[in-house]
Amino acid sequence: MKVGVITFPGTLDDQDAARAVRYADAEAVPLWHADADLHGVDAVIVPGGFSYGDYLRCGAIARFAPVMGAVIEAAGKGMPVLGICNGFQILCEAGLLPGALVRNSAMHFVCRDQWLRVENTTTAWTTRYELGAEILVPLKSGEGGYVAEKATLDELEGDGRVVFRYVGGNPNGSLNNIAGITSANGRVVGLMPHPEHAIDALTGPSDDGLGMFMSVIDAVVNA
Amino acid sequence: MPKPEILDPQGQAVAKALPRLGFEGVTEVRQGKRFELEVDDSVDDEELAKIASSLLANTVIEDYTVRRVDA
Amino acid sequence: MTLDTVKHAETTPDTEQPYRELGLKDDEYQRIREILGRRPTDAELAMYSVMWSEHCSYKSSKVHLGYFGKTTTEQMRSKMLAGIGENAGVVDVGDGWAVTFKAESHNHPSYVEPYQGAATGVGGIVRDIMAMGARPLAVMDSLRFGAADAPDTRRVLPGVVAGVGGYGNCLGLPNVGGEVVFDPSYIGNPLVNALCVGAMRVEDLHLAFASGTGNKIILFGARTGLDGIGGVSVLASDTFSGDETAAGRKKLPSVQVGDPFTEKVLIECCLELFREKLVVGIQDLGGAGLSCATSELASAGDGGMHVVLDQVPLRAKGMTPAEILSSESQERMCAVVSPSDVDAFMKVCAKWDVTATEIGEVTDTERLVITWHGEVVVDVPPRTVAHEGPVYHRPVERPATQDDLLVPADLPRPSTSELRDLVLRMAGSPNLSSRRWVTDQYDRYVRGGTVLAQPADSGMIRIDEETGRGVALSLDSNGRYCKLDPYEGAKLALAEAYRNVAVSGATPVAVTNCLNFGSPEDPGVMWQFEQAVHGLADGCVELGIPVTGGNVSFYNQTGTTAILPTPVVGVLGVIDDVRRRIPTGIGAEAGETLLLLGETHDEFGGSEWANVVHGSLSGRPPKVDLARERLIAEILRAGSRDGMVSAAHDLSEGGLAQALVEACLVGQTGARVFLDADQDPFVQLFSESTGRVIVAVPRTEELRFTDMCTARALPWRKLGVVDPEAAALEIQDVGTLTLDELRETWEGALPALFD
Repeated sequence: MKVGVITFPGTLDDQDAARAVRYADAEAVPLWHADADLHGVDAVIVPGGFSYGDYLRCGAIARFAPVMGAVIEAAGKGMPVLGICNGFQILCEAGLLPGALVRNSAMHFVCRDQWLRVENTTTAWTTRYELGAEILVPLKSGEGGYVAEKATLDELEGDGRVVFRYVGGNPNGSLNNIAGITSANGRVVGLMPHPEHAIDALTGPSDDGLGMFMSVIDAVVNA
Repeated sequence: MPKPEILDPQGQAVAKALPRLGFEGVTEVRQGKRFELEVDDSVDDEELAKIASSLLANTVIEDYTVRRVDA
Repeated sequence: MTLDTVKHAETTPDTEQPYRELGLKDDEYQRIREILGRRPTDAELAMYSVMWSEHCSYKSSKVHLGYFGKTTTEQMRSKMLAGIGENAGVVDVGDGWAVTFKAESHNHPSYVEPYQGAATGVGGIVRDIMAMGARPLAVMDSLRFGAADAPDTRRVLPGVVAGVGGYGNCLGLPNVGGEVVFDPSYIGNPLVNALCVGAMRVEDLHLAFASGTGNKIILFGARTGLDGIGGVSVLASDTFSGDETAAGRKKLPSVQVGDPFTEKVLIECCLELFREKLVVGIQDLGGAGLSCATSELASAGDGGMHVVLDQVPLRAKGMTPAEILSSESQERMCAVVSPSDVDAFMKVCAKWDVTATEIGEVTDTERLVITWHGEVVVDVPPRTVAHEGPVYHRPVERPATQDDLLVPADLPRPSTSELRDLVLRMAGSPNLSSRRWVTDQYDRYVRGGTVLAQPADSGMIRIDEETGRGVALSLDSNGRYCKLDPYEGAKLALAEAYRNVAVSGATPVAVTNCLNFGSPEDPGVMWQFEQAVHGLADGCVELGIPVTGGNVSFYNQTGTTAILPTPVVGVLGVIDDVRRRIPTGIGAEAGETLLLLGETHDEFGGSEWANVVHGSLSGRPPKVDLARERLIAEILRAGSRDGMVSAAHDLSEGGLAQALVEACLVGQTGARVFLDADQDPFVQLFSESTGRVIVAVPRTEELRFTDMCTARALPWRKLGVVDPEAAALEIQDVGTLTLDELRETWEGALPALFD
């Protein structure tokens, strides 16, 4: 079971995403941004960081990298894709997910342990969770405010495509307290908080994030 | 520029700061971006629109206008 | 304008040169003429003036800093792999791992442009760590501002915090600790001291020297522009009449602007170069840019270098050689590469999209020769630039007013019935309140190795995922103590940093420092400096841990008002397995016993109580007992190793009251404590006696732990119990404070001021 983890210039949490994949007993395969080959991986993680320094807009330049062309194509064929933080921004810029992420409403970078409610446990990345479970995962971003047109928000809510919602306060002004969403087929998920930093109580606020990486192993194995 | 319905906290911060500096009468501030491109004759309006909409602006959250300025 | 070449200088010995505007004294200028046997060229004058400045040459501090070297014993030196004088200190931490760490100041730029000043401060110290061959792993910062409610603090603090966060977060370095301190003396002179720690395998240590005649010098990273030139502009400006086009610029920017993305890419590029063994020597470009990198590399190595300056990639038009040599453009490094490795080196840079250019080579001429379009514009002995700068013996004089300071003011003390409210008031005071407003702007998680971060007593990161080996760091100082007694104050800073590392269960092994003082031209300031250096050095000998490197920042002064003497001390500790660390917050188990280790005396000189309630600074600072600190450290280490201690928090500013408030709020649990019936409750709660720690031990371990303390002659007293149900801190005979009201007060102070 191989999960690809992409590195763009400026990517920061790739090592951490790879570690989470290993903790879930799968093989993490590093994918270079300039290489349009996915090297036979079963799923892809687009990790957090500041790809291209957040120049122009977060993720605006990374979405045009050769590897992303291959990711978009693979996603079209049902490959599970997870976008974390900057990765979520890249997936939105690439059109794999609707909406966009804008500057935190309080205008500061925010790093905090954030409670989230899991509201969809049918996606490729969340089957290991109980519906309605509240998990504690680090959030660390300056541009985490999720926005979308009203029609898009209605569709997401109506179709149950909000996967994670902020509870106990909205840290960044995201509309409808949306922390993470999924594509129509439930295979592509994007979220602002960092599950890869909640895999071990030694280094994070909980190990609640591990479930996401274990879920995708199930999704691939059972495919 | 950010679309009208998009929250613009940076613009709001600027609007709040003005009265503190003694400037009255400014009711709203929106903050956007300006790009200056030097182009040769082969780049027509259609292409500029494509450049704007596919890269310079995120049309989900931003509106754009293109204006030619002679050298 | 004619290029001022060496040839031209030889034939025009009487040309007037603006050396005074560049900060050189008459005798220094004469010395340069003697060294060269002629007048210096513009470029040489620029080089000497920046390299002989206080910031680069340490001319006022050298004679005093020598005391560190004199007092460091063989035993202390045994674990050092690189020491004072290198880019950063390096310590062997066991298992084949070497850890490098250093703190540096970027004070004046942060007053001018808070965001960029702080950001480039972080950038600079990170490059110093990279230049040792290490991967940077974490950062910390020690910040000092004027009074919390002063208008200019409102201008400076948010910018500095945003800059530290903006740069550090983008580099992917977790910020694991530091301090924020307010005092009116810093209002015109904020202090921004940034620390970086990195690790590498012992055999991968890289030192900064250029050796191997024929080896190439490669400049890589960002292009060179006009950043930070400031004073050097005087060499060009008298020829132009204020025309603002490229060829005739007016005042040039004296602020450096950083780009963390470029530095992040530079880090990855460098690490790959190290992995592939393509680098013989490396130096980062910090203050004095190319002047520093070339002269230091040359003078530390075989002695000679030839540089073709027109090869330097530029991002501004029409720069002169003097400007290129003085530029402080960020995110640049200089490597010494063997000719057969140059192609491979360039390939790695191309992969990371890092600009890299061969600008010269190592020679055996013992001269640093720099040419510009074929003409020689610099021909100097590199040691005279880099290491043989002026050495001043500034007058040192204990201020006449010092004795008055030491007389303790007669400050009215609260009655016991007022103590409950005082606890709350102190917890919400600017220097004791929660730093969350600041630290929530820093990424603490990136790299996945952070085990302890603010508000814990120290920052701790795991450096080896397999064995769990880790390091802990703390940065501390108390300018008020130092003003009263700089010698004791420096020792107190060392004691506090040492204790902060020890309470996490780590073993302190090395020290760095950032010595922030006023003007060296003031004999009273020089006295403070000399005293502090001696206090720190003597303290290190007593603790058996060496200073491996540090930084001096003088001229932190507005008019005749100097800042409080502020020697910031950083202590590095090692822990075999981070899983055995001791957290700061109590509450792992209900009913756990709380113990107070150490002794409390009536000591309020320089205390936060005297500051907050009376605005007074007088008397003597608390006594330091380094033997006691060592004992506590050993006991806590044993405690953590054997699982006897579930939490520990040291006492410092604000005394026992503050420590209890923090232990409860960080652990999110209540506690019921009682004071010693034989001592004044006010003294017990607010005195700032040193060598004290609160520990929480499971009931089952209580006897074993206290027996150990008794056996080792460490005074201890039972303080109370952990009580999660109570959701309050109850101090018998004093009062009860709910966690909610404590939290609101403690966490509300900074947001109220800066949101």
